[in-house]
Amino acid sequence: MEVLLEKLYEAVELGKVDKKSPYPPQLKDQDGAYELAGKALEQGFKPDDILEKALIPAMAIVGNKFSRKEIYVPQMLMSAKAMSGAMIHIKPFFQSGETKRKGTFIIGTVTGDLHDIGKNLVAMMVEGGGWEVIDLGVDAGSDKFLKALSENPAAVIGLSALLTTTMETMKKIVADIKAQSASSKILVGGAPVTQDFCNKIGADFYSPDPQGAVNYLNQLVS
Amino acid sequence: MKTILRSKSKEVIIDTEGPVTIIGESINPTRRKKLVSTLQEGDFGYVLELAKSQINAMADILDVNVGFPGVDDVKLLPETIVQLQNHFDVPLCLDSPNPKAIEAALKIIAGKCLINSVNGEEKSINAILPIAKEYDAAVIGLTMDDDGITNDPYKRLAIAEKIVNRAVQIGIKEEDVIIDPLAMAVSADPHACLVTLETIRLVHEKLGLNITQGASNISFGLPDREMLNIAHMVLSIRYGLTCPIANPEKITAAVRAADLVLGRDDFAIRFIECSQNLRH
Repeated sequence: MEVLLEKLYEAVELGKVDKKSPYPPQLKDQDGAYELAGKALEQGFKPDDILEKALIPAMAIVGNKFSRKEIYVPQMLMSAKAMSGAMIHIKPFFQSGETKRKGTFIIGTVTGDLHDIGKNLVAMMVEGGGWEVIDLGVDAGSDKFLKALSENPAAVIGLSALLTTTMETMKKIVADIKAQSASSKILVGGAPVTQDFCNKIGADFYSPDPQGAVNYLNQLVS
Repeated sequence: MKTILRSKSKEVIIDTEGPVTIIGESINPTRRKKLVSTLQEGDFGYVLELAKSQINAMADILDVNVGFPGVDDVKLLPETIVQLQNHFDVPLCLDSPNPKAIEAALKIIAGKCLINSVNGEEKSINAILPIAKEYDAAVIGLTMDDDGITNDPYKRLAIAEKIVNRAVQIGIKEEDVIIDPLAMAVSADPHACLVTLETIRLVHEKLGLNITQGASNISFGLPDREMLNIAHMVLSIRYGLTCPIANPEKITAAVRAADLVLGRDDFAIRFIECSQNLRH
């Protein structure tokens, strides 16, 4: 029985979305994450076990491989897509309340910045880590973050910026969020961002890669 | 179509019919933390070093971006321009999202420079084009607008057309508008570069303008980035790219090779010159 979860783990790790997906070539014509997750439920695995034993650890290994530069962005995107394929079967259990997410994460690229790849990668990895993600998109200012936070007061917030000219606006958004909700945790990231900058603007955490953000979030709720 | 830029005594011609002109990208604090720390201390040594190594690697024009958190770029951009023009005789490209910083630099700059950049947003057009006109600068037009970035090359062309029309309306010469077709990372979207190439082809054929692009990020998130950048660069050149913003130390050899292949380098003089220069 556990073999099924191992296969699901492998499908997510290697980015095999569904049976008809041609990637990766070595898994041609085999079940993908979509089919395997469906079968696992049919065979009586609990949604929590599917998440905890297959999907979440598979995404964690993907995140770690990316941090070590063993895989690249397209491979990470394939894995996230496979994870989403499996989640089609799991999502109804979140809605019914049978399975719970670890928490809510609000993420956006800050005002004036249209770069979304880094933000999307973090969003996918955090979602793959078992969190609900609210994605505010690009060019998001304090108003958007504050609105989302008022609707989800316990949420953790992530700010992304790729440009030295837009990371400045992170400072204002952090200040605005802390003014409204001093206890909210804020993560910052993006190419020009440093630990030093994070400290200076009063944010709570900086990570140079997506997996670091996932690990920090998990530690907040553990 | 010819866009003519000038430094104190030198003229650089960006020409849709001629060889490719390289705008050096390295004076930019994103991914260059040393630039931030030296400029914060009022030390221009590293900026000058970056200028020198790019000129040695045969950059024709230098992009200058000194925007970072906490900086007063209305003050720092002109100061940096003065330093660069005191040491080097090369046309400059003023790179800032802040129109006030651009204007402050235009007031003191010698020659004719390029502004990086205006885009199709009304706010941007109204802020940048009048300054370009007043100080007789050329300007880069990014093909994005109030709706953000589109993946439709025809829509990008329409934004380019809008920018050049608005520029001409207020008295800027058509040849002083250079279009940036936008280049996005191919790791996130396998068709991203194709959209850029098609936009270049359309702008070249329909508008005949000079075309630039900052394309080093197309390879984000992938291995062998330099190889990928070179493949994208030479294909872009074939479709009508005339003045890329790039790292000359990585790209000049490929650009000169492309010019030779395309019959724009009689007796391979520029290709040989590059090969000999870079070997030493």
